[in-house]
Amino acid sequence: MNEPLYAAIWRGKTNGSFSTYEVPRHESQTVLDVVTYVQRHLDPTLAYRFACRVGMCGSCAMSVNGTPRWTCRTHVAKVVRGNTVRIAPLAHLPIIRDLVTDMREFFDKWTRAKGDFVGTRTRRDDFARVAPNSPERTAADAGVECIGCGVCYAACDVVGWRADFLGPAALNRAWTLVNDARDVGGRIRLRAVAGDAGCHACHTQGSCTQWCPKQLAPTAAIAGLKRATAKAAVRGEL
Amino acid sequence: MINVVTQAKLWYWQRLSAMVLALCVVSHLAMIVYASRGGLTAAEILARTRGNAPFAAFYSVFVAACAIHVPIGLKSIAVEWLRWRERSASIAAAIIALALLVMGFRAVYAIFV
Repeated sequence: MNEPLYAAIWRGKTNGSFSTYEVPRHESQTVLDVVTYVQRHLDPTLAYRFACRVGMCGSCAMSVNGTPRWTCRTHVAKVVRGNTVRIAPLAHLPIIRDLVTDMREFFDKWTRAKGDFVGTRTRRDDFARVAPNSPERTAADAGVECIGCGVCYAACDVVGWRADFLGPAALNRAWTLVNDARDVGGRIRLRAVAGDAGCHACHTQGSCTQWCPKQLAPTAAIAGLKRATAKAAVRGEL
Repeated sequence: MINVVTQAKLWYWQRLSAMVLALCVVSHLAMIVYASRGGLTAAEILARTRGNAPFAAFYSVFVAACAIHVPIGLKSIAVEWLRWRERSASIAAAIIALALLVMGFRAVYAIFV
């Protein structure tokens, strides 16, 4: 623990470079602790983003040694190589400065995937009754805990290859709504997530599922969307 | 630009043709290994394939499955890895589909007649 830690941190915009800082090692130190130490003690101009520090808000995701991770819940001991940790902004998103990315495109794609709930009930209606063990409720449960951190989006090769690809998070969101018994936006949503910008561009490489910090499986959600669009296409409803 | 419904249909066509190809390729390889155990000449091959309708039917299915499966995959590779535009990739894929159909059926015809 007395060995120093060297944090190579991305500085600047797209054409920036890594700067290395010497940071004291601590037990149970997280990558976010390292970045915070640098900003508070070594270079106050370092820009980064965080809020809750407990893995709920999804704002502190960064690329750590080339892998997208939620930095507040990533222990240095788990990812350090020798005594160096390399911290960069998330891939596939424009860099605003240092470790801060512009996430507009990521969230705009949720809108494009029709990720908003479309209901018919009003406040005067009774609650919808959804059987907790129904297959639809189970499928929605599997994807509903997404915190929107962008780790899956940065991990996905197809996002890097196709600028218009909606990405794992937006498609996962669409799949939870496809399985929401109260939602009536089904047909429009399936059309929005079909094709080469949607679920059919996925090569099932599974990087999103491998790195999702919440252990969700967007790969399975995308496979579900492929099945749902196939059924709709056969019925002529796509 | 191909519309999303067509894009989705092409994906399912590629998936279905992959299933057909899986069977065709395995049968094709098994047939080659089995038939060529003691050496095989062109004349011997033609003697077995000429007028053999099931043989011609099998390879017609094989050719059709290739002509569907390959261009759709190449189009994705061209767009994603070579950064081709959607339209150029689609045109190239259509040409490759046509070439596979012509060359494939020409070969089937040559061993059947």
